[in-house]
Parts: sequence; C-alpha cells; structure tokens
Amino acid sequence: MTDLIRLTDVEKTYTRGKEKIAIFERLSMHIPQGDFIAIMGPSGSGKTTLLNLLGGTDRVTRGQIEFDGKRIDKMNEGQLTNWRAQNVGFIFQFYNLMPILTAAQNVELPLLLTNLSQSKRRENVKTALNIVGLSDRARHKPREMSGGQQQRVAIARAIVADPKLLLCDEPTGDLDRTTADEVLGTLQLLNRDLGKTIVMVTHDAAAAKFAKRILHLDKGHFNEQELAA
Amino acid sequence: MNDLTLMRKNLWRKPVRTTLLLISIMIAFLLFGVLVSFNVAITDVRTAPNRMVTLSKINFTESLPIAYYDRVLHTDGVLAATHMNWFGGYYQDPRRGFLAVFAVDPDSYLRVYRDDLHLTPQARETFLHERTALLVPRNIAERYGWRVGQHIPINSNIFTNGTNGGHVWDFTVAGIFETPDGNSQANSVLIRYDYFNDTITFGKDRIGWISFLTTSATVNDRVAHAIDARFANSQDETSTQDAAAFNRSFAAQLGNIALVVTLVVGAAFAAILLIVGTTMALAVRERTKEVGVLKTLGFSSGRVLRMVLGESMLLSLLGAALGLLAAAGVLYIFSRINGGGGGGGGLHLYPSVVGVSAAIALALGLVTGLLPALSAYRMNIIEALGRR
Repeated sequence: MTDLIRLTDVEKTYTRGKEKIAIFERLSMHIPQGDFIAIMGPSGSGKTTLLNLLGGTDRVTRGQIEFDGKRIDKMNEGQLTNWRAQNVGFIFQFYNLMPILTAAQNVELPLLLTNLSQSKRRENVKTALNIVGLSDRARHKPREMSGGQQQRVAIARAIVADPKLLLCDEPTGDLDRTTADEVLGTLQLLNRDLGKTIVMVTHDAAAAKFAKRILHLDKGHFNEQELAA
Repeated sequence: MNDLTLMRKNLWRKPVRTTLLLISIMIAFLLFGVLVSFNVAITDVRTAPNRMVTLSKINFTESLPIAYYDRVLHTDGVLAATHMNWFGGYYQDPRRGFLAVFAVDPDSYLRVYRDDLHLTPQARETFLHERTALLVPRNIAERYGWRVGQHIPINSNIFTNGTNGGHVWDFTVAGIFETPDGNSQANSVLIRYDYFNDTITFGKDRIGWISFLTTSATVNDRVAHAIDARFANSQDETSTQDAAAFNRSFAAQLGNIALVVTLVVGAAFAAILLIVGTTMALAVRERTKEVGVLKTLGFSSGRVLRMVLGESMLLSLLGAALGLLAAAGVLYIFSRINGGGGGGGGLHLYPSVVGVSAAIALALGLVTGLLPALSAYRMNIIEALGRR
C-alpha cells in the first residue's frame, strides 16, 4: 500500500520563556493510504503536537513531512491553508461546532471554500449527514442535540469535502461508552467503506481497539507498535 | 449559506447586545441626520452668483433710509435692485409657527427675483396693482389651507398698524408661487412695501436691505466697495456682500449651528466608537475557539479578517440606515409643523447628508472592526483551540 504520509527526522521544540522544550527529536513514521491508526500515550508525550503537525496547523522545527508525495513543511501559510481545506478533516473532542448554525450549515462550512454550486453543496451536506445517520437533524442547532449527535455532525463536517485524511483528537473523550462506540463505529465505517485514512489520538484503550494499528508514543518516540486485532 | 450569512448570524448571536448597539448607533445617526440637514437647510441657500445685498453695517435689524435704494440702483455695475423689509408675522396663533413675511416693492422685486418665483400672469398683475395683495409659497398655502382670493389677517410681532392701533393687517391672497428647490425665496411670504410703509407707526420711509444684481459676478467686489465707500462716515453706513454670505450671516444669528452640530455629533460618534469597538473586541474574543475552527477547516486569515470587518460594517450600516430613516421621519414632522418659515419649510434629509452618513458609517465600521479583525487575523490555531 502506498504511503499517504511520511515523516522523516522530524524535530519539534517549543520555547517557554528561556527554556526550550523538545517534543520530538528525529521522529520518523509513515502512514499508508487507508490506514486507521490509534495513537496512545501519556499526557505530554506529544500526541496532540503530532496531530497538529500532520494537519498542518503547526510547523516542524526540523525534518520533513510529505503528504501524497508533497512536502507540506515547505508550504507557506496560504498554501497550507488551501491544502488543509482540500485534504484534511478534523474531529475534536468537544465537537467545536458553531452554535449559531444548524447541523446542515455546520456541515456546509468546509464547502464554502470550494467552487461548488449551492445545490451541489446542499446535496453533499445531505449525503454526509446520511452517512452519519443524522439526516433528520439537519435543521437542529448544536444545543438541541446530544453529545453523540454533535460529534456525528462534526464527523459529517470532516468528511463533506471528501478529504483523504481524518485527524481525530480524543473524538470520544466527552461521550459515554455506548455513544462512543457508535461514533467509533462510524469512523471504522468511513475507513473500511470509503477508504479514509484516519489518525486518532486517544487515551481510551477500548476506543483504540477500533483502529487497525495502535502506536504508543512516549517522550517523543514510538516505542511500541502493534497491530490491532 | 455564504460568508454574509455567517456575518449576519454572528451579528445576531446575542440579540439583546446587538439591538442595544444598533440603538446607540441609530441615535448618533439620527442626531447627525437632523442637525446637519437643519444646518444645510439654513446655510446652503441657492442664489445667483451676481446677487448682492446692501444692509446696515451694524447688523441686518438696523434699517436704512429709502433714499439709499436709488443710489445703489444707479451705481456703476448694478443691473437691477429692489428693497425689502422684515415684517415678521404669524397667522392667528404664534404657537403655530412664525411666517417670514417681507414687505417688497412689487415691480423691482419681480424683476430682481424674476427667475426665483414661478407665478401665473394673473397673480403677477394682481400683486403689481392691488395694495393688500399677498404672495404665498405653495407649502405655506397648503399648510394653512389658503386659496387665491381669500382674505387673510396677518399679525406682526414688530410693527403696529396705524389704521387700527393693533398688530393685524388684512391681505388678499393674489397668488400662490413655487420656487426651485433650495431657493432663498422658498419660504418668503410677500406683501407690498407701499401698504406696509403707509400703515406702520414707526420706521416709515426706511428699508431693511437692498437686494440687487450686478452685471456680472466678476464685478461684485468692485461694486460692493463702491457702495460702501459712498455711504462711509454717514449716519447709516452700509455693508455690501454677496447674497450667499448674507444668508449665512442671517443663519448665524440663530447661533453657530455648525459648531453645535460638530460638538454634539462628534461627542455622539466618539462614544459610539468606544462602545462598538469594545463590544466587537469582546465579541471576537468570545469566539476565539470558533475562529480557530474556521482556520483549521481552511478559512484563510484574510477571509476571517474580512468576515469580522464585514460584521462590524454591517452593524454600523444597519444602525446608520435606521438612524437616517428616523431622521427623515423627524425632519418630515418638523417640516410639517414649521412649514411656515425660518428654515422649517422644505426641510428634509438631503442626499448629501445621506452620502456623508454612509461614508461615516463605513469608516465607523472599519475603525471599530479593525482591531478585533486584526486580532482574529493573527490568531494562532493552536492557541485558539488550546491544543498543545
């Protein structure tokens, strides 16, 4: 399987006052197209930073990140923004939906960055909401929906522009077990049936089992790699 | 949905806050619209460039001997001249508003103001020959319900009528005239000087001022100098100026309207600037996470900046539109109530005021939205989402 993402000797340091904090030193990894990876590790191990680097919302200090053969670490801010809009869908722990918009409007947001006509946008929104099983909640605002429903709207928003990569940061961290399993089942379906590559950060071992692979990150290094059952 | 939908929805996220902001902006533009329109109405009176006025050097309430009229008329460079007296006046009840009644010499007046009054030949003839004839602008005739041929008693709040010992004069409406928009004679009620002069108990054979046309505007200064030099060191020294300056100095007797407008409106806008600016900054800070989400989804920083700026401009323009609408209503009511003169008649929201208001509203939106918009522009995704 061809690699969708390849990280080579990635270094990432933050400066806090006079102190330099190294998150990664010479981190390398590759993620094949169609993979579903769960990244686990203790707090401060760099899970979220890795997700930020993969999603182009943060920049490497040194090293290379290739996405589909293109160096995203070389892109300027504008190019990175466009690349993100076309290739990456984000799912956050606390959904991060716009409270002023309905479910359908929230899902439509990424499509405002495309040249699609209004009718085509509407059609895509309908399809995305259908996939997550929320077509009957299209006109509801986030406050009128449960946590699980809101997260499914967030998933619909993440997939509506048909990105190759889905980045999920603790997607079930705010949900009860049953609802979490439903959401994870949806992610599994997107990976299996639609071929989406998914990188999911989680503290939850049960959630990680929905992935194909689990990577354990500790002190900036993957020290264990195993295949999920 | 589009960016405008997002701006609109963001604007109405907190309806009470937005409504209060709109009201405060509306009040500022209401004040601006009313005060500036009032100022324009009394200062921006259209007159011919070669029209000039000679009046007492002391001020316009001091009269001049009628003999001055002939001397001015025969000054080199003077094409035609007429004289006028302020009669003051009101109809029946002074609380209904005063009338700008002028006693004029019919023949010379109709020559000097030939292009300013649209009169029927019949009305002209009657005014030239009937001592008690009265010419009335249409807005005043409509306000009081006057018709041609009707007998109208008009009171003067300055002069006493020697024939009856009271302050009332009887007139007959000879004609109802119209004037071009913004004309200096738009609110003038005209009576004949001979009738006025024969019946008053003081100030006989005196005139208020002389209005005249020069052969060309290029000779205005020379003619003014010649007239004032001729009466220098006499008991009644004169001051000659062009009609536009005269109208402005007449308006200035009411107070420095421009200064009042500047101070009141300036204070209102300064307050609005602070209120709206602070509220917009607060509103964007409350949405830090949402701005982070938009940028994560692929909205460029420039687009986010435009959306925040657009929101503040939308707020400002909406407030300005409501304020101007209210101002138009207030001016209309004021015009209806005071249609009798003194700047009240024909008072309306001038297109120039609307234009300036739109420019101010855009500037206000830009200034109040700029800092929050820049803050959103610079917002780092990771910090906005607290993802580190």
